Amino acid sequence: MSGVRVLVGTRKGAFVLTSDGKREDWKVEGPHFAGWEIYHMKGSPVDPNRIYASQTSGWFGQVVQRSDDGGATWNPVGNKFAYEGDAGTHQWYDGTPHPWEFKRAWHLEPSLSDPDTIFAGVEDAALFRSADGGQNWQELPGLRKHGSGPHWQPGAGGMCLHTILLDPSDAKRMYIAISAAGAFRTDDGGETWKPINQGLRSEFIPDPTAEVGHCVHHIAMHPSRPGTLFMQKHWDVMRSDNAGDHWTEVSGNLPTDFGFVIDVHAHEPETIYVVPIKSDGEHFPLDGKLQVYRSRSGGNEWEPLTKGLPQENCYVNVLRDAMAVDSLDKCGIYFGTTGGQVYASSDAGDSWKPIVRDLPAVLSVEVQTLP
Amino acid sequence: MMVRVVLPPHLRTLAKVKGELTVEVSAATQRSVLDAVEEQYPMLCGTIRDHATKERRAFLRFFACQEDLSHESIDTPLPQEVAEGREPLLVIGAVAGG
Repeated sequence: MSGVRVLVGTRKGAFVLTSDGKREDWKVEGPHFAGWEIYHMKGSPVDPNRIYASQTSGWFGQVVQRSDDGGATWNPVGNKFAYEGDAGTHQWYDGTPHPWEFKRAWHLEPSLSDPDTIFAGVEDAALFRSADGGQNWQELPGLRKHGSGPHWQPGAGGMCLHTILLDPSDAKRMYIAISAAGAFRTDDGGETWKPINQGLRSEFIPDPTAEVGHCVHHIAMHPSRPGTLFMQKHWDVMRSDNAGDHWTEVSGNLPTDFGFVIDVHAHEPETIYVVPIKSDGEHFPLDGKLQVYRSRSGGNEWEPLTKGLPQENCYVNVLRDAMAVDSLDKCGIYFGTTGGQVYASSDAGDSWKPIVRDLPAVLSVEVQTLP
Repeated sequence: MMVRVVLPPHLRTLAKVKGELTVEVSAATQRSVLDAVEEQYPMLCGTIRDHATKERRAFLRFFACQEDLSHESIDTPLPQEVAEGREPLLVIGAVAGG
């Protein structure tokens, strides 16, 4: 019988949650790497037993862990992320030049075809690749050395490369997003990059329609339509139907269009999900009511999904990498909160229940649908 | 000479060691001892000192014989008690946060 494995990264360790295809009873294992921040974990699409985890600490720096048995046991692999050549500078918060310094890996994206190849999005923003299962990492410097690089500035959470999307129809095309530089695309396997921020409007930057400088929070794609992208920007929910060349706003009737996560239904490429957050100054749901919003029309028309979610006194946040979907029928939707709950819906969002309630603050959620 | 090293608990877990560890060096300095530790436990590379510069990570300190050696030159000989294995070199995580 098919099953689901949910990989949860938290402020104080990693947790692996498993269930059969009914998704009613869950086994919770962890914490792995107790006491460390686990920014992200993700399994290889071609070998579900191969899972990578980004483990970080203000004291001890970066560690990358790899499991070859579905998360039962782990071994540290390479953690040397050296910028290619002269690292140069980017802009600091006050606009002065600041040296590029590696801080942590925010996102690990395994290749769609090779379990030993994996990409890492790091802070200060850069993209790295390993072709040997995480033992050695090389920067793809074309991104950081894009002409705009010296002008990138950190967002409030740091200057992180947090989103990596691999195009399943074109091995040379990849999308990434950086806070607060914006979105970029490569069509040549990472040699050269193009900013894809046309149509974004950010009132809080000097030029609201600048080519770079936008605080993109997350981007999602349905694998059957890799040219259609959905974005949760700092404010605004956006979509592009031409691989990011132009974006249009689809916030529609959302009660607030600030937020961090966005994801796409596994079987319906026009069904998307966001979790509206009150504002950039108040990172919690409106009126203390935790609501997922679903659009079945690719944006603009949204419906609140509340069944099973707390509708009073809820002041948690849902961070950018903390929502994921499974590919069972019906599609399962999962998200984690800074209050330590992981909520799951086994009916495409119609109803929710917590798998766990009291984990450390959740940083990331990924899902593996197992045969 | 055999030098004893005590790591903070998180690094002991990472290196899969219990209690203190010992490394053999020809001359006991911070550099030689940490080189030996990293050679024996490569997963610790980058967690005590920077990969490239070999500078101590900001929130770690080195103590021995009740003295803070963190700002000593990395090539200064460690105290005789450490070199002779009578006292360990302590790698300590700073008490940071609130």
